[in-house]
Amino acid sequence: MLTQLARPVARRLAALIPVLFGISLLVFVLNAVALGDPARAMLGQRGDPELIAQIRKEYALDRPLWVQYATWMGHLLQGNLGRSYHQQRPVSDVIAERFPATFRLAVAATAIAVAAGLGMGIAAALRPGSAVDHLLMGAAVIGISTPVFWLGLMLSLLFAVWLGWLPVSGYGDGALANLVLPALTLGALHTGTIARMTRSSLLEVVRQDYVQAARAKGLGEVAVIGKHALKNALIPVVTVIGIGLADLLVGAPLTETVFAWPGLGRMLVAAVGQRDLPVVMGAVLVFAVIYVLGSLLVDLAYLVIDPRIRRD
Amino acid sequence: MTERGPFRHHGVQVGGALVALFVGAALLAPWLAPVDPHEVPTGLAAASLRPPGPPNALGTDALGRDLLSRVLYGGRVSLLVGVGVELVAALIGALVGLVAGYYGGWLDGLLMRVTDTVMAFPSLILAIGLIAVFERPGLDKVFLVLVLLGWTTIARVVRGEVLSLKTRDYVQAARALGVPDTIIVFRHLLPNCLAPLLVAATIGVGGNMVAEAGLSFLGLGTQAPTISWGAMLAEGQTFLASAPWVAVFPGLALMLAVLGINLLGDGLRDMLDPRLKR
Repeated sequence: MLTQLARPVARRLAALIPVLFGISLLVFVLNAVALGDPARAMLGQRGDPELIAQIRKEYALDRPLWVQYATWMGHLLQGNLGRSYHQQRPVSDVIAERFPATFRLAVAATAIAVAAGLGMGIAAALRPGSAVDHLLMGAAVIGISTPVFWLGLMLSLLFAVWLGWLPVSGYGDGALANLVLPALTLGALHTGTIARMTRSSLLEVVRQDYVQAARAKGLGEVAVIGKHALKNALIPVVTVIGIGLADLLVGAPLTETVFAWPGLGRMLVAAVGQRDLPVVMGAVLVFAVIYVLGSLLVDLAYLVIDPRIRRD
Repeated sequence: MTERGPFRHHGVQVGGALVALFVGAALLAPWLAPVDPHEVPTGLAAASLRPPGPPNALGTDALGRDLLSRVLYGGRVSLLVGVGVELVAALIGALVGLVAGYYGGWLDGLLMRVTDTVMAFPSLILAIGLIAVFERPGLDKVFLVLVLLGWTTIARVVRGEVLSLKTRDYVQAARALGVPDTIIVFRHLLPNCLAPLLVAATIGVGGNMVAEAGLSFLGLGTQAPTISWGAMLAEGQTFLASAPWVAVFPGLALMLAVLGINLLGDGLRDMLDPRLKR
C-alpha cells in the first residue's frame, strides 16, 4: 500500500508549493505596505542612524524588491519571523509560547464536533422525516447560523454566570473545566456541518443496491448501518471535517477573546491593537500554513480511506 | 452531494420571513425606533443598564441608550455590509470566473492560483491581518477587506459552470458563427451561471454579516458612533453578569438574520439546482 500511495502523495505535496509561495508573497507584500520602512518602524523616527543602516543591510532594504523578498524568505526558512516591537523578543518565541493553548482548544473542539456531529447525523438518518430528524437538523442549522462569539457569551452566561458550574474565562493553568466552554463554543458550527453531511451522505448510501442486499439477507438495522453503510458514507464526511479546520481557525480569535484564552488568536488581535506588525504577519503566516497542512492531511486521509482515489 | 433536509419545504418560508423581517426592520429603523439610538438621557444614573420593560422594551446600555433603537439601527450597518460587499465581490468574482473559464490556458492558471492563494488563508485571520495594515479601523476598511476576500468562492463557482457550458453545442455554434467573445460570455454564458451564483452570493451575505460583527466585536471593525451589533456585543460582554440583556439582544438579532439567510440559501439551492432534483 505504501508504494501505491507514494505517487499521489508526492503529487499533492508538489501542488502545495505554488500555494505556499503565494502565501509568503502575500504576507511579504502586506509587510512592505504596512511597514513602509521596517528599519524606521523598528527603531522609530529618531532611531540611531548606525543601527538603522545595519538593519537595512540585514534585510537588504537598499536592494531591489525581489532581493528583499529572497532575503526575507531566507530568514523565514531559518524560522526567523522578525522581532516583536512590543515585547522586544523574536516573533517565533512569542508564537511558540501561544501555540499549545490554541492547539489544545482546536483538538478538543474537533473531538466534540466529530463525536456530536456523527451521532446527530446518524440518529437523524435512521428515521428520516421523523420528529427526531427535524429536531436534530433544526439544531444543526441553528448551530451553523449562530455567530461563534455570541454563542460563547450565551454559554458563558448560562453555565458560568447563572448556574456557576464552570469558570467564566481564563486558562486556569490547563484545568479541564476551563476548556469545556471554549471547546463547545468553537465546535458548535463544525458540529452542525458534520451532522448535516453525515445525514445526507448516509441517506444517499442507504439507497444503494448493496445496502438493500444486506437488508434483504435479513441483517438487523444496526448491522446494516454500522457495518455496511457507514463506512462509505463517511468519505464525504472526512472532507467536511477538513474544511471545518478553517472554521476552527477562523473561530479561534473570537472564541479566545470571549474566554480570555491565551492562544494565537487572542495574541493576533492584541498585536493588531498594538500595531505590532511582525507579530501580526507571523501569526497570519502560521495560521495559513497550519490551514494548508491541515487540508493536506485530509487529502492523505482520503487516499487511505478510499482506494478508488489512488488510481487517478 | 445532496442535502435534502427536512427544511426543504418550510425552510424557504421561514428563511424568507426572517430575511423580510430583518430587511424591513433595517430599512424602516428611523420610523420604528422609539427614540434616537445615540441619545444619552439626562439623569444617566437612573437610566443606565435598565432591564427590559417600559419604556425600554429591550432595556438600556451602560450609557442609558435604548437597546431596541440601537438593535434596529445596528441592522442597517449589518445589511449594508452584508449586501453591499456581496454585490461588489460577486461582480469581481463573476468576471474572474467568466474570463478564467472561457479563455482557459495560462490566464486560467494564473487567476486560479491567485484564487487558491486567497482561499488558502482562513478568511477572518487574513481580514484581521489586512486591517492591521491600516492606521485606524473603520466601516470603509471592513468593506474593502471583505470585498478583497469575498470574490473567490463566486469566481470558483462561475468558472466551474463556464467550463461545462462552453462545451455545449449552442456555445460551439455561436463561436463557429463568429459571434464576438463578449457577446458569448455575457449573453450566453453569464445568464446560465446565475442560479449557482445567486445561491453562493446569498450564503455570502450571511458570511459578510458575521465577519463584520466579528471584526467589530474584536474592536477592529466599525467604530463609535457607528452602531454595529458586533460592537454592541463587545460592550455586552463587559456587563454579562450584571446586565445580560445588553449581550443577548444584538446577538439574537444577528443570529436570526443569518439563520434566515442560510435557510433561504439552502432552499434556493434545492429549487435552482436541477442536479439535485430527482
